[in-house]
Amino acid sequence: MTVHVRTTINAEPQEFLCEPGETLLEALRSRLGLTGTKEGCATGDCGACSVLLDGRLVPACLVLAAEVSGREVLTVEGVATGDTLHPVQQKFLEHAALQCGVCTPGFVVAAKALLDHNDDPTEEQVRYWLAGNLCRCTGYDKIVRAVLDAAADMRGVTV
Amino acid sequence: MSTATKTFEHVGTRPIRHDGLDKVTGRANYGADYALPGMLHGYVVRSPHAHARIVSIDTSAAEAMAGVKAVVTGSDIPKTNAKLVMGEAALDLGAMGDNALAHDKALYEGHAVAAVAATSPEIASAAAEAIRVVYEPLQPVMNVDQALAPDALILHDGMVTKGRPKPDAPTRTNVALRMELTRGDLDKGFAGADVVIERTFTTPMVHQGYIEPHACVARWGEDGQVVVWTSTQGHFVVRDCCAGILGIDAARIKVIPSEIGGGFGGKIPVYLEPVAIALARKAHRPVKLVMSREDVFRASGPTSGTKIRVKLGAKKDGSFVAASASLYYEAGAYAGSPAGAGAMCAIAAYDIPNFLVEAYDIVVNRPKVAAYRAPGAPAAAFAVESVVDEVARRLGKDPIELRLQNAVREGDQAAYGPEFGPIGLREVLEAARCHPHWKAPLVPQPGRKVGRGVACGFWFNAGLNSSATVSLSADGSANVVTGNPDIGGTRVAQALMVSEELGIPVERVRPIVADTDSIGYNDVTGGSRVCYATGMAVIEAARDAQAQLRARAAKIWDVPVEQVGWERGRAIALNGASGREPLTVSELAAKLMHTGGPIIGSATVNAPMAGPAFGAHICDLEVDEDTGVSRVVRYTVVQDVGKAVHPSYVEGQMQGGASQGIGWALNEEYVYDAEGHLQNPGFLDYRMPVASDLPMIDTVIIEVANPLHPYGVRGVGEVPIVPPLAAVANAMHDATRVRFTALPLSPPRVLAALKQRG
Ligand code: FES
Ligand code: FES
Repeated sequence: MTVHVRTTINAEPQEFLCEPGETLLEALRSRLGLTGTKEGCATGDCGACSVLLDGRLVPACLVLAAEVSGREVLTVEGVATGDTLHPVQQKFLEHAALQCGVCTPGFVVAAKALLDHNDDPTEEQVRYWLAGNLCRCTGYDKIVRAVLDAAADMRGVTV
Repeated sequence: MSTATKTFEHVGTRPIRHDGLDKVTGRANYGADYALPGMLHGYVVRSPHAHARIVSIDTSAAEAMAGVKAVVTGSDIPKTNAKLVMGEAALDLGAMGDNALAHDKALYEGHAVAAVAATSPEIASAAAEAIRVVYEPLQPVMNVDQALAPDALILHDGMVTKGRPKPDAPTRTNVALRMELTRGDLDKGFAGADVVIERTFTTPMVHQGYIEPHACVARWGEDGQVVVWTSTQGHFVVRDCCAGILGIDAARIKVIPSEIGGGFGGKIPVYLEPVAIALARKAHRPVKLVMSREDVFRASGPTSGTKIRVKLGAKKDGSFVAASASLYYEAGAYAGSPAGAGAMCAIAAYDIPNFLVEAYDIVVNRPKVAAYRAPGAPAAAFAVESVVDEVARRLGKDPIELRLQNAVREGDQAAYGPEFGPIGLREVLEAARCHPHWKAPLVPQPGRKVGRGVACGFWFNAGLNSSATVSLSADGSANVVTGNPDIGGTRVAQALMVSEELGIPVERVRPIVADTDSIGYNDVTGGSRVCYATGMAVIEAARDAQAQLRARAAKIWDVPVEQVGWERGRAIALNGASGREPLTVSELAAKLMHTGGPIIGSATVNAPMAGPAFGAHICDLEVDEDTGVSRVVRYTVVQDVGKAVHPSYVEGQMQGGASQGIGWALNEEYVYDAEGHLQNPGFLDYRMPVASDLPMIDTVIIEVANPLHPYGVRGVGEVPIVPPLAAVANAMHDATRVRFTALPLSPPRVLAALKQRG
């Protein structure tokens, strides 16, 4: 039995067929070619698959593809606006907040979700918000700085 | 702090990396992101037993299933004695092939025994279920003590101890290698000591923990040409390993590296690639294989669990007079632990007249270990630096002073053999001593204890072989092409080197990692060698291009080439040709096709030597004595990197290495039950540091130029994982007065020790 899903992904209407047990992560990557969302564990423990579902941060590996019917999904591919990067993306580049970069899509989406509802987080708030995203390369220092700087940028202040 | 005298215009700046945009937007392709038309999905069948003889494998039911296109077992991987030389070491291709698909015995839980390729992942996993493997389970040998027991089961019949076995060593053995380093007269040395400390330490098997699981796609063409897309630290090594294992010409295999989502040494061996090739050959279709996170933990290469005995003797004045150490390292299922490297690093930081260090490489029923950042050194440093800390306390000496007093310097003969050239250990220790962190008072939070620890670390770094080309476009921009997967910002560093040599702005230099058909041979991304050795090839290639540009200027000016110099990216007229306006690269490039055609600078390097490097870390640890929970509250990394080409990525390596070491010290460990089943093969129970576990990590870059490199580069990636284990444990001792000799310092272990202390 296949399921017919009608949804909105990165502000575009999308339709696809999937298996009932298929995760959103599998559907994004294999059916829709949106491979920016990464799989690090498939058990909800690494955050590499972070996406926004109706604006809420979720691991796509723990959401069924069929569940997104009639809802809005934002993946890393939809974070920038045309040629303009989101401040989080820009600050990740400026602060060298990525090394191998495989965790970066998840961090970008998670950090955007934080700044969407809190544009002036403390370092501690950033660290706890991002505690669901594993990065093995950076030690998080530059990631936290990039997110704090992006927040300042969004508030229109320079640090 | 810098002792480098050369001044730089581009090197040392912090431009945005060229590959960054694709990575923050999700466009960059990693191993699992490739898909080909007609591609099949593979699934690997793995042993549920830690140690078992494979009696039979019946694949008929799986093969009969609709959608199943190929099944392979060990019989599809030829047995071989071939070796692949890599620097000083040699990869045992027979073991690597047997590890990819077991022939006779399953040697650890998760050992691959068969694989299927089918039209969907679901069919592939259902077919895997249908494969009937009959095992004869054997007693598993899970650790050093069990492997060395007189009645231990032997993993490999016919194993003989290589190196320098003890004369009384048994002939049937699980010890693959014994080596020793010795100098002076040990007994006399210890007899002259006022303080002697001897302790035995253990460290658990831990995993590199890269976030991207292993993944590849292989295609076998009708003409026998093979293409592999894979996430690897060295696609030339993948090519040569697959060729050697499968008995095909290297020239028939093209390996295209994906972006790599972390490796730390763990993505040097091949696991999936030979299997994917074998499946693709049988199926006549491309095959994709991806490890699950569980597979990664159970069946890729972690690093050794260890048992290390250290004895150190010092005089009252603090000078070290004698040391002995025995290092026992678990190799996993096949020979090849980094015990030897551990032994060579153990006391490398100190000038000790009398010593004996011996190391044992021991096979056990665990996954075959792979390199992990300064392989072998962190466990050895944990043991030695803990004992050094204890000597300092016993003598009432400042731990940094004591280390400075005994630190090796230029001209000293290293414990592992060669004479040190210029090295930065003293500069590192002095910078640590002057750092505000070392002088800051410790302020415990209510209900907590807080302590400070310091430790040193050493790593050789590697040189090895690299190739690079620099090609100029008519508009004055350039490409620089190498063959080393960029694991942490090496492309931008290479572009900076081209900028430095040719004066082209870094954003007009495009750095590229090319496949095995498109650039000369490059050894792996490992050994902290890319910025050093591949960087050297890049600089030489750029200088080659520069020499050709000077010849073009000479042609334009109609003067002998000797009268053309090079300065700040421009050809300048020297005496005899004066009066001519300098020509920029852009001006010269615009005339390329009229002055002799395209310009490609190229170079290959063979760098047998590298610039050894030292670091020192300071750790403040807060401990809740009621729960045993501890937390790093301040951390500083000081390291001699020779020359920081892109300081942000140098700092990033220092911070990343430190946090991996902190995880190793505090929480990470492979937990096995008595039958050899891994109990924690996932990120929930294998607890790596997350953002809320760590503070900012301060970095101090020391630059004592490495004379072997044109800019003084030593390499940076590995040293920073060496000191943290001891730095954290020494801080724990400072906080609790308990000397922990076993890692990790997880809450239950800490709590138990505090109870015992009373
Ligand atoms: S892949 Fe979803 S959390 Fe790891
Ligand atoms: S940059 Fe490699 S895991 Fe974060």
